[in-house]
Amino acid sequence: MVQRVMKAAGRDVQEIRFCGFGGQGVILAGYITGKAAAIIEGRHATLTRSFGPESRGGACSAAVILADQRIAYPFLHKQDVLVAMSQAAYVEHIGQLVPGGILITEKDLVTVENPRQDIRSYAVPATRLAEELGRKLVLNIVMLGFFTCVSRVVDPESMRKAIQSSVPAGTEDLNLQAFNKGYAFGLEHGVNG
Amino acid sequence: MVSAGWVERIKESSSEAKVLPGILRPGAYFFNGDEAAAEGAIAANGRFFAAYPITPATEIAERCAARFPECGGMFIQMEDELAAMNCILGAAWAGAKALTSTSGPGFSLMMENLGLGIMLETPVVLANVQRAGPSTGLPTSVGQQDMMQARWGSHGDYEIIALCPDSPQECFDLMIRAFNLSEQFRTPVLLMSDETIGHMTEKVIIPPAEEIELVPRRYTRAAPGDYWPYVPDEDLVPPMARAGTGYRYHVTGLTHDHRGYPDLDAEGQHQLLWRLKNKILQNQKKILSFEMARMDDAEVCLLAYGCSSRVARSVMELARERGIRAGLLRLITVWPFPDDLVRDVAGRVKAIIVPEINLGQIVREVERAARGRTKVVSVPHAGGGLHTEPAVLQVIEEALR
Repeated sequence: MVQRVMKAAGRDVQEIRFCGFGGQGVILAGYITGKAAAIIEGRHATLTRSFGPESRGGACSAAVILADQRIAYPFLHKQDVLVAMSQAAYVEHIGQLVPGGILITEKDLVTVENPRQDIRSYAVPATRLAEELGRKLVLNIVMLGFFTCVSRVVDPESMRKAIQSSVPAGTEDLNLQAFNKGYAFGLEHGVNG
Repeated sequence: MVSAGWVERIKESSSEAKVLPGILRPGAYFFNGDEAAAEGAIAANGRFFAAYPITPATEIAERCAARFPECGGMFIQMEDELAAMNCILGAAWAGAKALTSTSGPGFSLMMENLGLGIMLETPVVLANVQRAGPSTGLPTSVGQQDMMQARWGSHGDYEIIALCPDSPQECFDLMIRAFNLSEQFRTPVLLMSDETIGHMTEKVIIPPAEEIELVPRRYTRAAPGDYWPYVPDEDLVPPMARAGTGYRYHVTGLTHDHRGYPDLDAEGQHQLLWRLKNKILQNQKKILSFEMARMDDAEVCLLAYGCSSRVARSVMELARERGIRAGLLRLITVWPFPDDLVRDVAGRVKAIIVPEINLGQIVREVERAARGRTKVVSVPHAGGGLHTEPAVLQVIEEALR
């Protein structure tokens, strides 16, 4: 049974933002998280997205609300967890992260200047970990593994099931390896760090 | 000239369409509103889709392009929206359950042929995933600015049916209902979604096919020699003839008589126009749908539809926490407008608050229906996002002061 960090704080709503640029799989990361909570765990989840007119390279963000009750207002009121995969996205959204919230950045893509002292902050070399698997493309899933490990908002087994039914056929194993790699990195460097 | 053979053939083909392969297994899916709308069309036996892709309705076209052929249906990407609208009219006359999808700029281009669909009494569904305008406006951001265009956008005088979903689940459910209403009243029906709902992903429950109630096309029981295309049944709706089975008919956008031939004088116009209007208005009770929340003891009513109703629901809870007895009236059927319902609510509350993502469209209908019985307050928004809850809450507090 997963211990939800936000639940422990007496809340039954978690608000999460994944952001970066188009083409990184930002929306897919949000989709898998929402699907794991809503379909596998039977909770409520609302995923919204914002992006510009271009399909690749532009700013891109996926916002996920997870709740035990029906969700009315569909956008984030605040961020409990921020997963940033580009410098621009980090700069845009870091201000909305709640005190005590969790920041996860891609180590080589985001430079954290003037780090906030009131949050838990992690930098993950997701691109390099993905490259070790032979596909830089799965960096979003590596990030998702790490996110699952340190945030504990969704059970890792639910996430694995959601990944299997969401990624292109034939890439399930690669994506599960990516998830496990990110999760293991979290166990090693995140949970107590 | 009526042979028993004809009657047999009609009887046989009038039975419910067979369930074709490609139907999704019943269960819970994580769909955005556009994908859910496409699946709703499939569940309703929609088998012909023609459109020109446009953000934020592209995902409807995308999913229909992938899914319709799997279900024995057809997808055509047309050269523009004028052609798309015309194409589905033709498909419907040929016997298919047909739909198109678009957003603001494309909706404008479809207006002329929407009027043709109304005049020819053609059962089709048009989904408009609204974005902010005018013109190209905000392609990837929300608006609810086409609500009056939905009512009055095509020239001439007419009635229209328009439904507004508040979630991906309702995109699925209301797409089926849109098809049913279009068949029941033989008229185009609008599914007026919006970018927030279309691009929002939530759990969508797909029920078993046998639990989905479908209204089959209303085909004539008259034999080919005895059939007139515009002789209505008691409810003012004329049955159609099955194309290619020996019936002869003439259809025209000109004012026409019961035979379908032009009838170009004031009397002919009077007869046709009032029937087109009354077949909707006399059956309004069958078309009306809405949701009420906490209205029993409400002193103030939030009246909203589509994505704005999500904000209104949240504001209702916030207001209640502050001791304000707020309730929600969510319009699911926006056209024809539920005058009686709104008039009744107006007699019971101190104010009706209408947040919508336009500069005040449906609020005019609310004012008209309320007839001065209560204070009606518009909460306009130019588009590109939802109202904030504190902004709407402030309007409530000011209205009650």
